[in-house]
Amino acid sequence: MDPSIFLEQVPDGDGPWWRMLAAGLEWTLIVAALAWIAAFVLGSVIGVARTTDRAWLVRLGNGYVELFRNIPLIVQFFVWFFVVPGVIPPVKRWVVSVDPLTFQLVTSVVCLGLFTAARLAEQVRAGIQSLARGQRDAGYALGLSQVQTYRYVLLPMAYRIIIPPLTSELMNLIKNTAVAYSIGLTELFFRTREMGEMTFRYFEAFGAATVIYAAIAFASNRLMALLERRVAVPGYIGAGK
Amino acid sequence: MSFWTNVLIVLHVVVALGIIGLVLLQHGKGADMGSGFGAGASASLFGATGSANFLSRTTAVLATVFFLTSLALAYFATHRPKSSGGVIDAVKTELKMPGLKVQLQPVTSSNRIPLMQNGTIDLECGSTTNSVERQKQVSFGPTYFVINVTAAVKKSSGINSLAELNGKTISTTSGTTSVPLLKKYEKTQNVQVKEIYGKDHAESFLLVADDRAAAFVMDDILLAGQIANSRNPSDYRILPESLREEPYSMMLRKDDPQFKALVDRAVGGVMKSGEIERIYAKWFTSSIPPKGINLNFPMTPPIREAFKNPNDKGV
Repeated sequence: MDPSIFLEQVPDGDGPWWRMLAAGLEWTLIVAALAWIAAFVLGSVIGVARTTDRAWLVRLGNGYVELFRNIPLIVQFFVWFFVVPGVIPPVKRWVVSVDPLTFQLVTSVVCLGLFTAARLAEQVRAGIQSLARGQRDAGYALGLSQVQTYRYVLLPMAYRIIIPPLTSELMNLIKNTAVAYSIGLTELFFRTREMGEMTFRYFEAFGAATVIYAAIAFASNRLMALLERRVAVPGYIGAGK
Repeated sequence: MSFWTNVLIVLHVVVALGIIGLVLLQHGKGADMGSGFGAGASASLFGATGSANFLSRTTAVLATVFFLTSLALAYFATHRPKSSGGVIDAVKTELKMPGLKVQLQPVTSSNRIPLMQNGTIDLECGSTTNSVERQKQVSFGPTYFVINVTAAVKKSSGINSLAELNGKTISTTSGTTSVPLLKKYEKTQNVQVKEIYGKDHAESFLLVADDRAAAFVMDDILLAGQIANSRNPSDYRILPESLREEPYSMMLRKDDPQFKALVDRAVGGVMKSGEIERIYAKWFTSSIPPKGINLNFPMTPPIREAFKNPNDKGV
């Protein structure tokens, strides 16, 4: 272990290695943030759809979750990046016209977003179904429509209950961004490998990546724990200590 | 062969652990001594096979499997297939150790250094460029191949020189020496290209085959390999220009002068004796089983020079 390697210049590059890794970290965080937003919105919609009383909506939601949960993430990346443009001509035309980086970013966000949405949908469904049946009935008895019941009665409680599993999903998502290296997105893991290959200092490179990933996952964990305490409803799980 | 031996070893260990677990789960006949004379135990005391339940049957099956894997492993241990290669044979002759065991360990470009540093492998024979940067971490044997970093393009693209790649999208494989070379070329020649990285050569080539990238910048021999393996090898051409000439060498651990001297003598000997000509012809200008692919890559002057004067100079 010799940490001075991080101060050495990248051959034919711009700046030292630590800045290279920092640039990778930036992409990791951008992808994670965008994918989380996409996953949260889509996952909530699908999760809610799976608890409504419309059979076709439930089946559609179940199908989506099974499809995206059962395929390895790296395979999904390959499909979005190589197969989709290969079989859909309009996508191919667009891909060739834009900067490769744009398409890598879009692919990563779409792929991670859809994958995480499937997992979030499962959490949201579990959260809603964990509520007592009486809550829904009470909403209807007050004359609320189904949409209003979800908006004002069910979801506010369901989201609070599922904050702990959502925290793990967020941490998983951040770590899953590493798979984007497989389509050439220059995120943290890509830069780590590059540093290892070029300098042959794998232990330093991967040591640094380990620390950085652990730190951002831990930071997101603390952030969610803070959120959990702030929105807690006394007497319910998820209220923290 | 070695794959099935490994599967067998894993099976052997799993079965052994399974038997241990199952035996511990079951009550020994002797453990029931006290109750054996009490009420209700007569069935298991005097019955012949009456108490053969799921657990004991599973144990019997596992014992049989364990018996068979033991026999099979003993068989494979005595009938090890002999690996043969010009260099390996030369090392055996040099050491006067004909019985020297050589274990082949497949590596990827990202695990070759860690595996060498932790002592899993002693010598790496692959497409590793001998660079000055890398010499700080490892040693290299004599150069056994010299490549040019250049580009493969589709013939239909009409591109004939590197300069024509200005403004185009170019694929290359992440982590290779081509990445900094491409960046340097951009700076010094004042051209602008859009880079797209594949995680391995097959993916980088796929980007060109798919018309997603105009060219694939890589070592010429690796390009030739990808082209030879493609569906229509005649669709592609390798540009005659070169970004840089790079030597490939065997990689070995640093600070082991005795081992390095042995590798130098053995590999150098194969080159000097002319044995290398036969090996080269076998792999680069004839068809290679099992698919019968021919790389059609005749010896270039730098390669001939490297064989004539074995050296370990890096770039």
